[in-house]
Amino acid sequence: MSTQPARGAIRNATKDPAWVRALIIGVTLAFLGFVLLLPLATILQEAFKKGAQVYFAALVEPEARHALWLTLKTALIVVPVNTLFGLAAAWALTRFPVRGKNVLITLIDLPFAVSPVIAGMIFVLLFGLQGWFGHWLRDHDLKIIFATPGIVLATLFVTFPFVARELIAFMQAQGKDDEEAALTLGASGWQMFWRVTLPNIKWGLLYGVILCNARAMGEFGAVSVVSGHIRGTTNTLPLHVEILYNEYQFAASFAVASLLLMLALVTLVAKRLVERRAGETLRGRAG
Amino acid sequence: MGITLLFLSLVVLIPLSTVVLKTSSIGWDKFWHTVTTERALASYWVTFGASFVAALLNVGFGLVVAWALVRYRFPGRGLLDAIVDLPFAVPTAVSGIALTALYSSKGWAGKLLEPLGVKVAFTPLGITLALTFVTLPFVIRTLQPVLEELDPDAEESAALLGAGRMTTFLRVILPNLVPALLTGFALSFARAIGEYGSVVFISGNMPMKTEIAPLLIMTKLEQFDYPGATSIALVMLVVSFALLLAVNRLQAWTRTRTGYAA
Repeated sequence: MSTQPARGAIRNATKDPAWVRALIIGVTLAFLGFVLLLPLATILQEAFKKGAQVYFAALVEPEARHALWLTLKTALIVVPVNTLFGLAAAWALTRFPVRGKNVLITLIDLPFAVSPVIAGMIFVLLFGLQGWFGHWLRDHDLKIIFATPGIVLATLFVTFPFVARELIAFMQAQGKDDEEAALTLGASGWQMFWRVTLPNIKWGLLYGVILCNARAMGEFGAVSVVSGHIRGTTNTLPLHVEILYNEYQFAASFAVASLLLMLALVTLVAKRLVERRAGETLRGRAG
Repeated sequence: MGITLLFLSLVVLIPLSTVVLKTSSIGWDKFWHTVTTERALASYWVTFGASFVAALLNVGFGLVVAWALVRYRFPGRGLLDAIVDLPFAVPTAVSGIALTALYSSKGWAGKLLEPLGVKVAFTPLGITLALTFVTLPFVIRTLQPVLEELDPDAEESAALLGAGRMTTFLRVILPNLVPALLTGFALSFARAIGEYGSVVFISGNMPMKTEIAPLLIMTKLEQFDYPGATSIALVMLVVSFALLLAVNRLQAWTRTRTGYAA
């Protein structure tokens, strides 16, 4: 009998009182509601304010279609290139003894620390008319800034770390036992890569690719600096949103924005699924 | 290895070095003058001030949200947990116009706040709100794994030794969370000072008042004042690198303290 009150006191000290619970959940809902959910709901509300017809008209007009195409094209170039780099970097850094490994990892992470505006600016400094290669490019009738190559380069820069960083962490956690076993059993380098490494890392790789793609399609600041905002030529979807917004075509602007929101939601769902599979792969190894 | 270094140099290092080279071409005096003009100083104040407050807000609310998501079970928890990552997935321009539409005097949250004398859009408060939005996942996501791995025995022992819930939280739980909270703060702050897309719509962009440093760089670029733009950029880069190093240190510390990488 005498232990009863003590046990009650322990429960009180390890569990939060009901009112604290209610308060914490209340604050959570209010904070996420006002900062996250309401703004995103606003996008849909504003997009359909003038009816479904205006909404769909905004999505199929030629400039919007062109912006969509440019965004897809940029992602189609940038994502594979950064995936290849990510594979090479993760391979080099986790499978070989490298001096200054931490410095290299920090350097790969650099683009995350740089403001998107600065990311765009450095390519203007290199390839703009007053830039290092400006005259040479003009003499050879090549255009990088205010053209598609500039957009691709700026996007390449800002999405540079995604795949590499995910893969480095993933491959480090995985270790190289399987690969060593494959080599011992007489597999060639390529065989080992295709039969052992790739199947092992595919979920980690896919995870990085998804993040890289979302950023590549959504990048605004860096692309804004190098694009020159030429409608129907160097306009990506996020830039198209800005132009329409600044022209007070709010319904159209939010319609295009809703398209990007949809992309974000798809990304999120895909990320969740892949995250689970990647976790299983790593846990399977540990167990 | 060769490919890695080559690619790293071509895409990241060589382009970034242009900032230093371009700035050094104008000499120290002119550089110092450019980065200390009244307008530049005001833009640092807005940028760093709003970023600091936003990161602080995220530490406070992030702790509450992470606590609720890890410790409690309530309807909608799974959904909330999933959407915390949205600010990373939504393009910044989209978040920018959404926040502006909601919090301007025409939007319904703005209408709600206006009679209370609170103006959000086109004020530093709006900038802070946008920065809070885009950096929202950092603190929550660094905190969650640490909270999940906390040893319940420690809490029970504290209780057995006679500590109340508040004392247990302050003396036993909170100290374990400090490295993760600091890491989350630094990550949020670092991301916030460079942020551009979400801020330009809601800030109103008035020089001296609501002009952030990245926007000042943009303005100088549009006026073809490249040395001016790179000077401000160099100041921002130095701060960013310092923060990046700090984050790396903090993450190493978190690892040794809790065994978990943030």
